[in-house]
Amino acid sequence: MICLLTLPPVPLELKSPLSFRTRAQQQQHSHPFSQTLRSHTVPHKTLTGGGTATTTVANVALSEHNDLNAAEEDEPLPAELNEELMPNHVAVIMDGNGRWAKQRGLPTSAGHQAGSRSLRELVEICCKWGIRVLTVFAFSYDNWIRPKVEVDFLMNLFEREIKSQMQKFVSEGIRISVIGDSSKLPQSLQKLISEAEEKTKDNSRFQLIVAASYSGKYDIVQACKSLACKVKDGVIQLEDISESLVEQELETNCTEYPYPDLLIRTSGELRVSNFLLWQLAYTEFFFVKELWPDFGKAEFVEALISFQQRQRRYGARLS
Amino acid sequence: MGPIPNHIAFIMDGNRRYAKKQGMEEGAGHKAGFLALMKILCYCYELGVKYLTVYAFSIENFKRKPEEVQCLMDLMLEKIGELLKEESVVNQYGIRLYFIGNLKLLSEPVRVAAEKAMAATAKNTKTVLLICVAYTSYDEIVHAVQESCKDKRNEIEALYASKVSNGVTEGVEEGENINGTIEHDVQGSCESSLSKSQALNTTRACNGVIRVEKKKGVILHAVQGSCEDKWDEVMSRTSNGVTEGVADSKKKQWMHPTIKLVDIEKNMYMGVAPDPDILIRTSGENRLSNFLLWQTTNCPLYSPSALWPEIGLWHLIWAVLNFQQSHYYFEKKRKQL
Repeated sequence: MICLLTLPPVPLELKSPLSFRTRAQQQQHSHPFSQTLRSHTVPHKTLTGGGTATTTVANVALSEHNDLNAAEEDEPLPAELNEELMPNHVAVIMDGNGRWAKQRGLPTSAGHQAGSRSLRELVEICCKWGIRVLTVFAFSYDNWIRPKVEVDFLMNLFEREIKSQMQKFVSEGIRISVIGDSSKLPQSLQKLISEAEEKTKDNSRFQLIVAASYSGKYDIVQACKSLACKVKDGVIQLEDISESLVEQELETNCTEYPYPDLLIRTSGELRVSNFLLWQLAYTEFFFVKELWPDFGKAEFVEALISFQQRQRRYGARLS
Repeated sequence: MGPIPNHIAFIMDGNRRYAKKQGMEEGAGHKAGFLALMKILCYCYELGVKYLTVYAFSIENFKRKPEEVQCLMDLMLEKIGELLKEESVVNQYGIRLYFIGNLKLLSEPVRVAAEKAMAATAKNTKTVLLICVAYTSYDEIVHAVQESCKDKRNEIEALYASKVSNGVTEGVEEGENINGTIEHDVQGSCESSLSKSQALNTTRACNGVIRVEKKKGVILHAVQGSCEDKWDEVMSRTSNGVTEGVADSKKKQWMHPTIKLVDIEKNMYMGVAPDPDILIRTSGENRLSNFLLWQTTNCPLYSPSALWPEIGLWHLIWAVLNFQQSHYYFEKKRKQL
């Protein structure tokens, strides 16, 4: 039994429109540290059904999402959510498959199967609601010590899922990227991943990043090695090594939005467990007690509502 | 009853909100925050928690209004002075102080006071209080990466120095201490057939002093001083019996030795303490704000809604109880694997 704190609702007087990095601001400055909050008000828009997105603020985000309107009719944004305040990048630690299966007297593999269904649904919702990037922690570098039977099953599951979803990725403009130490994955899976990445590399509507055999610490170590090579080759000086150079070498350099705005972890665990490390510096965390196979649209909406209420200051102070 | 956490870290958030809530001026919120820190320090000591780390001031906080930054710096200076007094809690409890962060960013008086406090408490062994000031994880990691690169460079230089000496037979002339460049006709079996003339070229390329020593009948060359710029050239020319082109041997040399996770870890400012077992952020915010990203990747984050000056023993006990439950669960899981 793990005691989980839910966030108290933020009192109205503490909320300020200036403190939110709106979708428009996030689009224009994907690096949070170069962001200066601008004082402009964006008319809040509540979508109750499909409809043309109109706004008095010209921004790239909304114009790019016009093509989603048709899709939005199938899955409109819930009334409680503000389209302007949607996160660009959501990260998820998909925890709890094993426990879900155990609760039902099923083998662990059944839990992972159920988990992959949850993921497919989340990808669909994210696509439809205009979230640009979803990064999921599918398999940690630390998970290789799990029983071989389970690991083999998971590798097979990844392969099956990529194959079965490939057509959908292509037709829906979804780009797939895989980060992590792929050298440890089975050859057939490595090949499939390369093909999938190549085939979808020009898709720009939505990006699914799958962290497999990934470790946040090792991501930094490999970035460090790259930088060391550059120093050795005289491309940069030792003193040039900076935060932005490190960021450019991390595996999340495959996306325009490397820093998640929101991290969701299911199953009640309150830790990051060596998922994205550098990238989570200013990410809002949302811990959910539901197990991953039970995480659906309702739980996602709850996470988004919580996210939209938060004041993100990045260390500075707003009066 | 389970184990007591060895290390608890706190993000002390909410001082300003507390001041506003109590109708106090802003500076008073930070003063109340300091009192809360002392309270927590005592509780941790009583509970047997060995390490306590607190996020006092982020590098990003320098962006705040200059008056607030100055107020915080003045408070730090004042409180460091108080902590060093004979009768303070630091001496009473045998607390060792560390100021963790890019201290060069602090004003001179604060930095000097911090260094003085660290020196004065260096012999204390009961509890360790790590105060993160002018700190972000990004800055810590970048610094560790730079230091790791420097270490590897030095290691490679030393490796080269000993490699050149290996396999050198009586064909070698005895060297002498001279300034400027020297040439050695290195004969006999060097480790690689490539390196013979290349070692020559290397020494020519070097502008610094080449010190040559005789050690156990073997010549050692140490490339010093301003040769640092040419170190990579040196490395590229020393190969381990590899006969491919210089470019490839360059890369191969760099790979041995290569930077590992432990190299980065040992260069972290926080390398003086083990990783935290618990991270607590007050005032209900659920984010890390660039605090101990590397060190807290496996530890739970608790976010009580209490503002920092309102924190009490109850919050600490609750966190410890949760830690114990979670610890029991993980131990069980580990045994199953």
